[in-house]
Amino acid sequence: MISYIIRRAIAAVVLLLVVTAVTFGIFFVLPKLAGQTPDQLAAQYIGKSPSPEDIAAVKANLGLDKPVYEQYWQFIKGIVAGATYNTGPTTVQCDMPCFGYSFKQHIEVWPQLVDRLPVTISLAAGAAVLWLVSGVITGVISALKPGSIFDRSAMGVALAGVSLPMFFTGQLALLLFSYQLEIFGRTYVPFTENPSQWANTLFLPWCSLALLYSAIYARLTRSGMLETMNEDFIRTARAKGLGERKVVVKHGLRAALTPIVTVFGMDIGLLLGGAVITESVFSLPGIGQYAVQAITDNDLPPILGVTLLAAFFVVLCNLVVDVLYATVDPRVRLS
Amino acid sequence: MTDQTKTGAAAVSEPVPASADHKAFLDVRDLRVHFPTDDGLVKSVDGLSFQLEKGQTLGIVGESGSGKSVTSLAILGLHRLGARGKNVQMSGEIWLDGKELVGADPDEVRRLRGREMAMIFQDPLSAMHPYYTVGNQIVEAYRVHHDVPKKTARKRAVELLDRVGIPEPNKRVDSYPHEFSGGMRQRAMIAMALVNNPELLIADEPTTALDVTVQAQILDLIRDLQKEFGSAVIIITHDLGVVAEIADDILVMYGGRCVERGPVDRIFYEPQHPYTWGLLGSMPRIDREQTDRLIPVKGSPPSLINVPSGCAFNPRCPYADVPKGNITRTERPELREVGSRHFTACHMAQEDRTRIWNEEIVPKL
Repeated sequence: MISYIIRRAIAAVVLLLVVTAVTFGIFFVLPKLAGQTPDQLAAQYIGKSPSPEDIAAVKANLGLDKPVYEQYWQFIKGIVAGATYNTGPTTVQCDMPCFGYSFKQHIEVWPQLVDRLPVTISLAAGAAVLWLVSGVITGVISALKPGSIFDRSAMGVALAGVSLPMFFTGQLALLLFSYQLEIFGRTYVPFTENPSQWANTLFLPWCSLALLYSAIYARLTRSGMLETMNEDFIRTARAKGLGERKVVVKHGLRAALTPIVTVFGMDIGLLLGGAVITESVFSLPGIGQYAVQAITDNDLPPILGVTLLAAFFVVLCNLVVDVLYATVDPRVRLS
Repeated sequence: MTDQTKTGAAAVSEPVPASADHKAFLDVRDLRVHFPTDDGLVKSVDGLSFQLEKGQTLGIVGESGSGKSVTSLAILGLHRLGARGKNVQMSGEIWLDGKELVGADPDEVRRLRGREMAMIFQDPLSAMHPYYTVGNQIVEAYRVHHDVPKKTARKRAVELLDRVGIPEPNKRVDSYPHEFSGGMRQRAMIAMALVNNPELLIADEPTTALDVTVQAQILDLIRDLQKEFGSAVIIITHDLGVVAEIADDILVMYGGRCVERGPVDRIFYEPQHPYTWGLLGSMPRIDREQTDRLIPVKGSPPSLINVPSGCAFNPRCPYADVPKGNITRTERPELREVGSRHFTACHMAQEDRTRIWNEEIVPKL
């Protein structure tokens, strides 16, 4: 088990290196191939009407005139050991892990990510609890009475939930419950400062996001339960004289849970890399919003940073899922 | 045990009305189990009656779809559970130790399940939950009916695993089903069924999924355990060879009905129904020349949706054309006593049957 985790962790690091290399290539190599000179590249990192000195400074800092592999090495070295950026008037010491420096905002990327991560985690975690509970319960009840009125209406709502985009449901919820009825706030407050206001602001984003996801989980649970409830071991459990509730939960749901765990891990990993649309719709200062801002500003270092962070979460969650798999299903051998 | 001494070895007695007052330990009367489907009403079991006393073994034999498994599930009340069970139509009576089960409260039947009546299933790999240890599943079966701490139940599980012949039961109790061999799994399944000392044990094709060498071991085990526990046992199989040694009585099912039943010797040496002849002819025998071919029963089992009126076996019966007096084809044959505790449902006259058996069937067997 331990050796399996170590091996998987090493593989994860290699995977992350590949992701960085590809991302790095997209931002630094492709423009070069497309015929942009280092000067033009450097100009993109500065605001409007760049002065020649600024361009020279950026070029030197990013090593834009050096070969690509050296630039990449610089970037990786920065993550592990930190880096120094000369911004013209002052020199910035970017401590490890240095994910780059935004010359447009004159600020390091990593502290920005750290600042925004709690928002994204709050959003993802709250929504995950909601959609997991509601989706699985709905799916189980639907599967126990397939074709019933509950099943049909639940699956109808599920279809609507999957089909309606966040920028529709989110906006609608905001308009109704926040602007009209004024039940929920719109300003994000950290949990540590005011838990009730934190929950109050996040409630609508949680529900909107959960509606989207619980629809998928309800359908997934339903089909899984329909299958497992026909298994022979369910008949055995009943033959023992177990009550129907125990049969459903302990024997049926337990077996149907495996694919749900897999999908759940992937979804959480993706969300932690930034729920872009949700954060934009509800103006939550999370990773996703940071990414959108960076893209709008054509600010490459933050984009690179967010990409890496997102990749990290996806890889991490996948590792956790694989290890969980072995605990959920004893037939899976980790080797 | 008193029941047994009262009625002696009479495991199969007369059809319904004669013994209306006295009830056998397991007394099934005119059981009908029908499943409404989009294509029509599936009459899986259509008027089945039999009796079984403690300490006795009844073999129920028939092809797939003859209703033998549905019968066993009906006794345990299992076919009514789950999404599909809601609209099952069931009538008749099932008496177990003086309690009627067909009309009983489902929760009452649930409390009997696993404690007074238990079941061994066909494929132990799929019949055991893959995510729980064997011990865990036996402990669960015990604790449903006994309010004891886990430790006590675990001791009981180890004890039973030992009893059914699993080596190192102390260790194996913590193994998962997939870590067992097929025979071991079936032994564990038997241990699970016996953990509450049930008085009725139903084994639904207990050896079908096993190697031939293991089959004999499992049958021996069931026989030994029956002697030890004194329970009534029903063995369901499509293989007459399985029940030849172990059963006291045999009930042959066809198309949801009983076509012949009687003591095992009568069924093997003086069978009266053409379908039973067919089953005997299709059974490999060690005393037969290897060059002889097995004789299959021609045709396929009847659809249970549109059961032919009259004798269900008629379309496949090689002796359908034997004159039967003034009986029409649409008349359904009822069970008639043809010997001591031996019943058959065939329109043919006794002389015709005896003649065909002696002159045509025996030489070919």
